[in-house]
Amino acid sequence: MKIKNLKNLEGLKAKGLESLYPKRMKINVGLGTCGIATGAQAVFDSIVEEIEKQGIDAVVGKTGCLGFCQREPLVDVWQPGKSRIIYCQMDPEKARDLVTGLAQGKMRKEWALCRLEEEEFIIENTKKKYSIKEKDGKDIPLYGEIPFYKKQKKIALRNCGFMNPENIEEYIARGGYFTLARVLSSLKEEGVIEEIKNSGLRGRGGAGFPTGLKWKFCRDAPGDTKYIICNADEGDPGAYMDRSILEGDPHSVLEGMVIGAYAIGSHEGYIYVRNEYPLAAQSVERAIRQAEEYGLLGDNILNSGFNFRIRISQGAGAFVCGEETALLASIEGKIGEPRPRPPFPAERGLWDKPTNINNVKTWANVPAIIARGADWYSKMGTPKSKGTMVFSLVGKINNTGLVEVPMGIKLREMIYDIGEGIPQGKKLKAVQTGGPSGGCIPSELADLEVDYEKLTQAGSMMGSGGMVVMDEDTCMVNVAKYFLNFTKDESCGKCTPCREGIKRMLEILDDISKGKAKEADLELLETLAKVVKDASLCALGGTAPNPVLTTLRYFRNEYEAHIKDKKCPAHICPDLIRYSINKEKCTGCGLCLKECPQTAISGEKKKPHSIDKSKCIKCGVCFEVCKFDAVEID
Amino acid sequence: MLNLIIDGKEVSVEKGTTVLHAARKLGIEIPTLCYHEGVSPYGACRVCVVEVVKGMKPGLTASCACLAEQGMEVRTNSPSVVDSRRLIIELILARSPEVKKVRELAQEMGIEKARFRKEDKECILCGLCVRVCQEIIGASVIGFINRGANREVETPFQAQSDVCIGCGACSSVCPTEAIKIKEMFDKRILETWHTELELKSCKICGRYFAPKKELEHLKEKIELPEEIFEICEDCKRKNLTRKIGEIKTGII
Repeated sequence: MKIKNLKNLEGLKAKGLESLYPKRMKINVGLGTCGIATGAQAVFDSIVEEIEKQGIDAVVGKTGCLGFCQREPLVDVWQPGKSRIIYCQMDPEKARDLVTGLAQGKMRKEWALCRLEEEEFIIENTKKKYSIKEKDGKDIPLYGEIPFYKKQKKIALRNCGFMNPENIEEYIARGGYFTLARVLSSLKEEGVIEEIKNSGLRGRGGAGFPTGLKWKFCRDAPGDTKYIICNADEGDPGAYMDRSILEGDPHSVLEGMVIGAYAIGSHEGYIYVRNEYPLAAQSVERAIRQAEEYGLLGDNILNSGFNFRIRISQGAGAFVCGEETALLASIEGKIGEPRPRPPFPAERGLWDKPTNINNVKTWANVPAIIARGADWYSKMGTPKSKGTMVFSLVGKINNTGLVEVPMGIKLREMIYDIGEGIPQGKKLKAVQTGGPSGGCIPSELADLEVDYEKLTQAGSMMGSGGMVVMDEDTCMVNVAKYFLNFTKDESCGKCTPCREGIKRMLEILDDISKGKAKEADLELLETLAKVVKDASLCALGGTAPNPVLTTLRYFRNEYEAHIKDKKCPAHICPDLIRYSINKEKCTGCGLCLKECPQTAISGEKKKPHSIDKSKCIKCGVCFEVCKFDAVEID
Repeated sequence: MLNLIIDGKEVSVEKGTTVLHAARKLGIEIPTLCYHEGVSPYGACRVCVVEVVKGMKPGLTASCACLAEQGMEVRTNSPSVVDSRRLIIELILARSPEVKKVRELAQEMGIEKARFRKEDKECILCGLCVRVCQEIIGASVIGFINRGANREVETPFQAQSDVCIGCGACSSVCPTEAIKIKEMFDKRILETWHTELELKSCKICGRYFAPKKELEHLKEKIELPEEIFEICEDCKRKNLTRKIGEIKTGII
């Protein structure tokens, strides 16, 4: 069925609302990659099985990532007239118990993460209040009040976890495609661009170029054939924002792209998704098919006369293809290598035609901005960075997950409020933003407000949204080494500074971590980092030295300790540490002796043991297992 | 025409001119390694780095691949250009310390020894061979394999090439003499590309003179009498001398 008018769309909305809020129990399981990785599929299967077995009157649904990855698998239970409860850290056995209980009208408060009394519908600017008749469950904290969600503002993630990504009607029920309908029927192309410009939206892929301006360049570029591209080649270690959106809410990206295509005057688009994201690719493929069936993509969209098609292009596993000119080469079937800019893609892009490339998050924001207006969006954030940003908060943090926060939030709030601090009460050492292109911000700058400018001033960058928290046990030389190892492998190898420079920087870092470096090497490392940053062909080389430059800027003493004192202050670099057993503390329990893989530990039972340094490989097992803190690191 | 300023001097050039050429017009020499007039610019070696002070994208850039813009201001000898170029050459010197061209460049920049661990690679990955083979010869025999530090120029699957015509353009354009070609009796052996090609013998003297595939390729591309592709250069010259002799005798 093709949707031809608002009445058709309203009809589907009603269907979608029935599916979202049925008249019987509905159990949703978060089946994003993060959920599946923690066993959500088995939870889902066991719920389906149990419901069938017991003949319970309930439906089971799938949703995307609700953000709180630390507590996955998440199970969300909707019952008419009752509190909607999200249960966390489920396993198949608990899930069966839960279902059995629910069938008898019992809830399992001890497994509950939070409950919902209402939902915010961003597009419609309404709050959907549930009619709750039952009092039971009021003691479970509300969704908007638990620390993880309290400071979040979900716009790009507005639907993630709250609907079934496989069901286009549920997307429509939450206001989806109504914005597109309005754009096509009553907005001029320039008007759309103006709105995006005024909203202050900037590219969410990393560089932060104003989106409206980018669209205008492409619209104004001469030529009839123009392309729209969604960059979903997310590759930063620890970052999974784009994946979660494509898995959990693919239609928001499609709708954003159609709106962009209309504004720019394009009739063909691509979603470039990395090969390592099979679920995201499947999700988008399904969404495209559904949208085409309903006439929301393809020819004569919503009976407006506007045509736009989207194809999927899957990468072959190269990080550098996130760089736009390399991405274009890859879609064209060439080696994924960047080329010099200018000419910029807006002028000469895919197959030499004007092309506009935006990140997944940028596209997902578009329908919301057009629906609610530039004023609404630009009221959030800081003077130059408007709206919200999606981060994947990972590393040494209690609450790992996908978070969306207003720009300008302090790092401290991200870590201590949303993230609820560092595990085991350890001290914060640094926060790494922007992935391998970003830098490490020290704990002294925890009050830094997160926006494009402030992060760049601190030597890091916004990047695509990766945020890795590091605690006091982290060696910053080792961190720099880790990221450079990554960029060394991911550099395409085309230009000298990036290919040769990163390799040499890594050699120096390796020497430092082994205590073999001289003071002059530190100077050479710094000079080299600056040249690689300034003289490389593309942004990969241009930003690859950032982890080195920021750690040198904020943690120089740590480098010096490795070089001058031949010590690794964090006790991480194996060549610079020695394990020994404190004879006073050792009880001779023999646990370390048993666990040592090198048989380097000897000693009689109940008498102090000792380590044979020549045999020790510094794996640290003895240190980990000793219950008496007798193993010491020097 | 576009007007720009390079090192304080004004120059006007046609649209589409690179900064490298605009500088050369002013007599400013910028060293290059991966640049060749016959093929498209690549911007990979970064030896020709210059600083765009005013323009669409300010900062350091490769002058061979950067087009001149109206009102652009460029510096070819600012401290950051000089420092970067020196270090880039030092990096190449560490990779290929035995390569004559690299040593010469390093010497010109006053670099005696690279501060990095020595390697002994002959190829500096300038990609000239790849571009010549693709753009001029139209054979696309070779390309880049692997990423980052492991990048190499190779034939597909590092195996004998079916499409190589053995012309040797790759070898003649290579600035570091890294591509080895030798001839043995009736074969031309392109060691670097794991490829052997049969040679054709001259119709007159019988000497093996050019790969059969190359002659076939040329026959398709250039319209010339069949005979041209059958005899060696020496015999062609002898033929010509004889013909001139005959003409002269005729005139006398």
